Amino acid sequence: MAKGEIVAGCLAPHPPHIVYAENPSQNEPVAEGGWEQLRWGYERLRESLKDVDYDAIVVLSPHWQTYIGTHFLGLDNFQSLSVDPIFPNLFRYHYDLNIDVELAKQIHDKAHDAGLTVKMMTNPDFRVDYGTITTGHMFRPEWDKPLVVISSNRSRDYYSVEVMQEMMIELGKVTREAILESGKKVVVLASNSLSHRHFTTESKIPEDMSKEHITSHAMHLWDMRMIDYMKSGQCQRLIDEMPEFTEQAIAETDGGAFTWLLSTLEVPDYPAILHGYGTIIGTGNAIVEWPVYQHKGE
Amino acid sequence: MSDGEIVESFVVPVHPHTVLAPQQNEGWSKLRAAYDHAAEIISNSGADLLIIYSTTWPSIIGHQMISDPNPEWVMVDHDFHDLGSINYSFNIDAEFAALWNAENHSRGLQSRCVNYRGFPIDVGSVVALTLLNPDNKIPAVIVSSNVYADRSETTVLAKACRDLVKKTGRKAVAITAMSLSNRMFTEHIEAKDDRIHSLKDDEWNRKILEFLTEGRLEDVGQLSRTIQQQIRVQKVVNFKPMWWLSAMNENRNDLTGEVLAYEAIHGAGCAVVHLNPTPSGVGNKEYDEDEVEVFAGERGVLDNIVSSEETTTLSTAGSGPELWNPTNAEGSVNTDAAPKPVGAYPHARRVGDLLYLSGVGPRQPGTNAIPGGPIHDGDRKPLNYDIKAQTQAVIDNISRILEEAGSSIENVLDVTSFLIDMDRDFKGYNEVWADTLGKVGPTRTTLAIRALPTPIAVEMKVIAKI
Repeated sequence: MAKGEIVAGCLAPHPPHIVYAENPSQNEPVAEGGWEQLRWGYERLRESLKDVDYDAIVVLSPHWQTYIGTHFLGLDNFQSLSVDPIFPNLFRYHYDLNIDVELAKQIHDKAHDAGLTVKMMTNPDFRVDYGTITTGHMFRPEWDKPLVVISSNRSRDYYSVEVMQEMMIELGKVTREAILESGKKVVVLASNSLSHRHFTTESKIPEDMSKEHITSHAMHLWDMRMIDYMKSGQCQRLIDEMPEFTEQAIAETDGGAFTWLLSTLEVPDYPAILHGYGTIIGTGNAIVEWPVYQHKGE
Repeated sequence: MSDGEIVESFVVPVHPHTVLAPQQNEGWSKLRAAYDHAAEIISNSGADLLIIYSTTWPSIIGHQMISDPNPEWVMVDHDFHDLGSINYSFNIDAEFAALWNAENHSRGLQSRCVNYRGFPIDVGSVVALTLLNPDNKIPAVIVSSNVYADRSETTVLAKACRDLVKKTGRKAVAITAMSLSNRMFTEHIEAKDDRIHSLKDDEWNRKILEFLTEGRLEDVGQLSRTIQQQIRVQKVVNFKPMWWLSAMNENRNDLTGEVLAYEAIHGAGCAVVHLNPTPSGVGNKEYDEDEVEVFAGERGVLDNIVSSEETTTLSTAGSGPELWNPTNAEGSVNTDAAPKPVGAYPHARRVGDLLYLSGVGPRQPGTNAIPGGPIHDGDRKPLNYDIKAQTQAVIDNISRILEEAGSSIENVLDVTSFLIDMDRDFKGYNEVWADTLGKVGPTRTTLAIRALPTPIAVEMKVIAKI
């Protein structure tokens, strides 16, 4: 069997507002359009990867929050209606997604062997979180590639960012090993925002872009700093500064997805491609690609 | 219609084990039995409304309330999905939810109703309603727990609800779906091995339950921040449910409390606690923090300047006249619980069996803040304000002065009211009057005047008996 590979890794945030603004047929509410910068960012990401061949998508979403280890969706297919519990006015999405259970089980088993607490989720009534669905839709709206869906172990809540990072670095390593052993070509996605301080009010027209901006200059500075590290290939600095960034920017990196992503990519030292940055109800969101396929053998 | 009231209150656990697997662990079965007992108490209470504040439904844009009259779906827990699924079909009082939403807005809160097919009712609410209202006999409302809300916002949320219960004549049960200590084991454990995560968590849980057994609900509310630091995993900002439940019970410390069960679920401290409004006789202890009526927190994130139309929040008086210490001639009655005078006079003066009060406004003692907002800003630019909140604050101040004198609001004989805008404000002022002093029955004269010394819209001059 040929050796598997990770062909690309992406930071692919999940605010439901961008699905809402896109008006896909699966989403019930209809928008007048908004957050175009981020939607264009996702378009550029899709364009960048359109000629890259891969078999599966592995995504870690902060909105499947588990406190007892890391969980993996473990059935072939999930279909239902996802209604965002926080923005139900924007996101009511009919999903139908396939799972690469074999690959999920391989990552699960390796994580277990590495000493991490893990569990396969095999309840057919389970509703897939809206973070996974938003990222899945914006990354590949055709839904024609099977997914591996990994929960966000809230070890940062229980312990610290440092402990979260240790666990997510380990999870990233075993994810990578399992992918290489599987013989499959895979894209890995971290579904999280950067700075994550929300507005607590909403304008009357949700997509009123005259009201949209970062919540504070401090958040802006942090986001720019982290994006600069991404663009300049300094991912070890991202890891090193993750505790301060997570605390001071109230960043959604607290869910572990970003650290896990960087670990699956062996902490890249080559530049990432920034496809877009924008704010959504005050939070900072970047769409970033690490084009592993361009750096084979380096 | 008689005034509504909170007839019972409960603290209940959130995890699905009590519904799906009570037989697997003796503690879980005790919690289930306590849940069943609580359902029996509710059934016998004559309640016609269940109000659930759920800590497992976080919200960001203010608070959300379910207003789908019959939400139906299947709930699976994110962590404990292997225990099974819970089918639910609930009876929601959509009308009450809509009214509560309106009350919230009138008090400066951001909130909205949620009525979408398939909306995922949270695990805490599903468990609580499934077990406390098994035949769906009593309609319910469910409210979220805002991630960013702190004490004042949570308290005002409860007061808006409590006033609505009174106004609509409902017999309501207030329920918080919550854990005490919320630290779970981070590994899978056998059901038989379940226990409270640590001795420290257990000690704190027992201290909380000791307070609740004595009916000292507001004391637990006052300890909320400490409890959050000591035994709560920092998932959200602060430990909020006791603020809400205490305010639903008028911040009392003399309820009649009973712990129906206290056990662990996967390490978390879980209890079913029954609180009845009957005074327990332990004494209604005073508490330290401000009584808030209108939310005054940061709500202007979208714009740097909040328009006057949007401003119905509490604001300080700004550059008003100098404040004086009350004078103390013979028979004077003064109190720190009333706002300082704006001249050399006492709060009240006793002559024989009568009390003559100086004009009383809505300013708050200590902070000088004006519930309902000032009528203009420091540049005398007119602001929107809430006459009802101001009127209520005036009456509260009158009540405090009378209590200092050994009298009470029940003994008011005559009132002269001054309004700075009769056309705009008479209706709202009159409504608050009808609910308060109107029930006492003093004579009243209402005058329109050009201005008052501070940026307030209403003041009252009172004569009362001792």
